[in-house]
Amino acid sequence: MSKDIYVIAEQRDGVIAKVALELLGEATKLAADLEQKVVAVLLGDKIKDKAQSLIEAGADSVVLVEDPMLAEYVTEPYTKALTQVMKECDPEIVLFGATSIGRDLAPRLAQRIHTGLTADCTKLDIDVFKATEEDPGQKLLFMTRPAFGGNIMATILCKNYRPQMATVRPGVMKRIPKVEGKKGEVKEIKVDFTPADMNVVIREVVKEKHKKVDITEAKYLVSGGRGIGSPEAFGMLRDLADVLGGEISSSRANVDAGWIERDRQVGQTGKTVRPDLYMACGISGAIQHVAGMEGSEYIIAINKNDTAAIFDVADLGIVGDVKVIIPKLTEALKKYKTANA
Amino acid sequence: MKIVVCIKQVPDTNEVKLDPVTNTLIREGVPSIINHDDKSGIESALQLKEKVGGTVTVVCMGPPQADVALREALAMGCDEAYLVSAREFGGSDTFATATIIATALKKIGFDMVITGRQAIDGDTAQVGPQIAEMLKIPQVSYAEEVHMEGDKVIVKRQYEDRYHIIEVKTPCLLTALAELAEPRYMHAGGIVDAYNKEIKTIGFEDLKNDLNPDFIGLKGSPTNVWKSFTKQAKGTGTIHKDITPDDAVEVIIAKLEERHII
Repeated sequence: MSKDIYVIAEQRDGVIAKVALELLGEATKLAADLEQKVVAVLLGDKIKDKAQSLIEAGADSVVLVEDPMLAEYVTEPYTKALTQVMKECDPEIVLFGATSIGRDLAPRLAQRIHTGLTADCTKLDIDVFKATEEDPGQKLLFMTRPAFGGNIMATILCKNYRPQMATVRPGVMKRIPKVEGKKGEVKEIKVDFTPADMNVVIREVVKEKHKKVDITEAKYLVSGGRGIGSPEAFGMLRDLADVLGGEISSSRANVDAGWIERDRQVGQTGKTVRPDLYMACGISGAIQHVAGMEGSEYIIAINKNDTAAIFDVADLGIVGDVKVIIPKLTEALKKYKTANA
Repeated sequence: MKIVVCIKQVPDTNEVKLDPVTNTLIREGVPSIINHDDKSGIESALQLKEKVGGTVTVVCMGPPQADVALREALAMGCDEAYLVSAREFGGSDTFATATIIATALKKIGFDMVITGRQAIDGDTAQVGPQIAEMLKIPQVSYAEEVHMEGDKVIVKRQYEDRYHIIEVKTPCLLTALAELAEPRYMHAGGIVDAYNKEIKTIGFEDLKNDLNPDFIGLKGSPTNVWKSFTKQAKGTGTIHKDITPDDAVEVIIAKLEERHII
């Protein structure tokens, strides 16, 4: 019988992806509701020493597949390895990070083992599903995800196939505190690869520090309006965005004034953005601007004018001077990061 | 080389309507466009054809109205078009959709298949890789650049922190990012041609010998929508009026922490 929640622990160059730790935290919660265990699956080359960190992050045990074929991510060897893990372990639930690896690997695997897959989930719950009144019911994974660019939410079930599979959006689930020295079994599975499994050739791997800007892809946006006062003030917004790991964007006025490039403009004549955090700095909140950012998950507005329309859409509004608050915030965040590193 | 591009017709508005009974999206009556990533796929297929020769076939699964999307693709310069459409195909999730399209592709024939990375309505990004699996051919997803070197396809494959230059032989499947190619406009001659060309329809009858009816449509889909809902309206936010800059910083940090942003 299918059992346990398996988290596919993504790693690149031996570094465990943050989303893997988040998923282990979430899986711990789900496993308690399901009265089952959390298993981390680690695929790669020479990565055995990373297994302990997964146990400390919430896994009860780890399934490890080590092979030089798994050194750099390639769809087929990873799919083959996971197919074997699925066959040997028969999980109830399998979770992937909705990254450019997870969203390539999970669908390939789901199709191969013939099961359902729900993309880019932002909420997971275990609940009892009853087909009819008389049905004793079964505990299922309720997978909730945005569609239509976040305009609607859908809860998806996979009733008749196992495992129930989902990719989960990074940054949404919560890690649990690390338990140093926690014990757990590490089970190694050997996969018999053949040269034919490497069905593509990686000619080159190019690591990029700074990718080109697409504000619609940014998780966090620090956006400047007329109220920032000068083109130079974007420097202060940039510092804040860098600490947050986000990007800077702008209202139309500053773009028209030539203070910043047009591809950073948010609004009706610019881009529509839906970041997890939108910080509107010195933006009055004209309707054309709001149309381009009101779908943001969380909006913080800072403006001197307490009647500014931006406060109508803000989750958190601060009436104050951006030129004073932003540099202070950046400094405080730097300290916070050092203290919590 | 025979390149087949799979496209999806998607609603071009943010107006979302749901069927209250089946909880699936109502597509009728909503103005539709070719999905952005798919259009970039068409363009890149046309460019490959211009360089190395061959044909570009476009395939769309959807209701009969989806022929509009196929006409547009023909007007851009595609050589032939297939509409994959049948009542039995309705309600398919990504598994079932990929099963149907892959079966149609085997009938049509291909050297290279291009799909968009993801559609702006479903946002799953799953159908491309799932088709590749059904066809048992290699996939290269998140393609940002592509060119041919002899019989090899060279693809720049994007990741969050890196890219790979990948070499793959045909037959293969690529999923196109919008950055792959800036779509050309339809030209007048192309539009006239588009209406002279025939759109071939592939229905259930054409595929039924190669399709397991238990694996398609709403019933054959491993996943089902249990419930869909519009996002709850936002409550009013908290506005701090008389607050010192230092206190403001503290309030902001507390919120960023609460939201797991830091």
